[in-house]
Amino acid sequence: MKRIQILGTGCAKCQKLAAVADEAAKALGSPYELQKVTDIKHIMSFRVMSTPALVVDGVVKLSGRVPTVDEAKQLIG
Amino acid sequence: MPLHASPRLYLRLLAAALGLVAWWLLYGSLASIAAWLTYAFAGLERGSHLGAAVEFFVYEAPKVLLLLVLVVFGVGVVRTFFTPERTRRLLAGRRESVGNVLAALLGTVTPFCSCSAVPLFIGFVTAGVPLGVTFSFLVSAPMVNEVALVLLFGMFGWKVAALYLGMGLAVAIVAGWTLGRLRMERHVEPWVYENMAGGAGAEDVGTAMNWPGRVQAGAAAVREIVGRVWPYVLLGIAVGAGIHGYVPENFMAAIMGRDAWWSVPLAVLLGVPMYANAAGIIPVVQALLGKGAALGTVLAFMMSVIGLSLPEAIILRQVLRPRLIATFFGVVAAGILLVGYLFNFLL
Repeated sequence: MKRIQILGTGCAKCQKLAAVADEAAKALGSPYELQKVTDIKHIMSFRVMSTPALVVDGVVKLSGRVPTVDEAKQLIG
Repeated sequence: MPLHASPRLYLRLLAAALGLVAWWLLYGSLASIAAWLTYAFAGLERGSHLGAAVEFFVYEAPKVLLLLVLVVFGVGVVRTFFTPERTRRLLAGRRESVGNVLAALLGTVTPFCSCSAVPLFIGFVTAGVPLGVTFSFLVSAPMVNEVALVLLFGMFGWKVAALYLGMGLAVAIVAGWTLGRLRMERHVEPWVYENMAGGAGAEDVGTAMNWPGRVQAGAAAVREIVGRVWPYVLLGIAVGAGIHGYVPENFMAAIMGRDAWWSVPLAVLLGVPMYANAAGIIPVVQALLGKGAALGTVLAFMMSVIGLSLPEAIILRQVLRPRLIATFFGVVAAGILLVGYLFNFLL
């Protein structure tokens, strides 16, 4: 099962990234789990410098912007 | 350009070139279109209050929006070359003074949103960027931004825009340097330095960019930024148009004029709580300038609106102790005050 994490302190872009990632993961069809990480110390443990960020199975795939659904599919799949 | 570029690419390039030409023609004829719409089409009387207000609006609103689209697109493309990670590498271990100047300059082109001020702050500080240099970045990034510069250019002309750019950089450099001299490292929340052994970790993420990607990023910036600020721009220009048409000349001289010494600190104080509406405030302020407000006061007001914000203070509280936040705001506000007085005095 894929583990998708959205890093962000709750700004509008973070919500958008969560929605895009969810749509992309659904379209891919394999089982996944989506988690929003909002605690700043937890976020910093991934050593990102801009939010929102997309983490798949513990690896930071994207930070600082919201991708298109197609791009998110590639990053997750 | 590779020889085997697809026909689609050529079509896109052609569309872009045609778009630029159309933009240029439209921009160049806005003044006559606005006059025609106001006086010939709507039949308003030349020299009347309503006529002046309407002409102001139908000229300025499309002009500023056209400029915004073009510049935000360009800056969106330029920003794909500067990631926070790359900026950090350029600043890490840099001496102060040189570091302050570089940080203020990079602050203008590095993508920044105050919602990620905290990760950025931690990323900088733990990678060995001096505290004062980090502050230079944090002052310049929001204050010297493309939306403010476009509005200043559109409403005041290039001289005021250049003045704002120069003064914004100067405030960022001097305030950061001063904060560095104050040795306030111990007022950073201790957890920032904990669990961070090894410092810089994250690699550049998602930065492998090609030209189509950069153009897409520019278009995305237009959708996001222009999509967010256009209502404020229209509202601001509408209020500005009202002032332009109806408020008597020299009305503002007593309140925001050069001789009212208290107007500069008042302008800075009023500016701090105003935040998201920077795009809407500049047109209003421009109209006030025409009614006798002094340029230094106006400049100080805009810098304080755009550069100092309460939400940012609240966000930064996660990593900075109250005393450091207060010092940060105090030093930047003092710099802005100085700029305001300087211009009222000199011009």
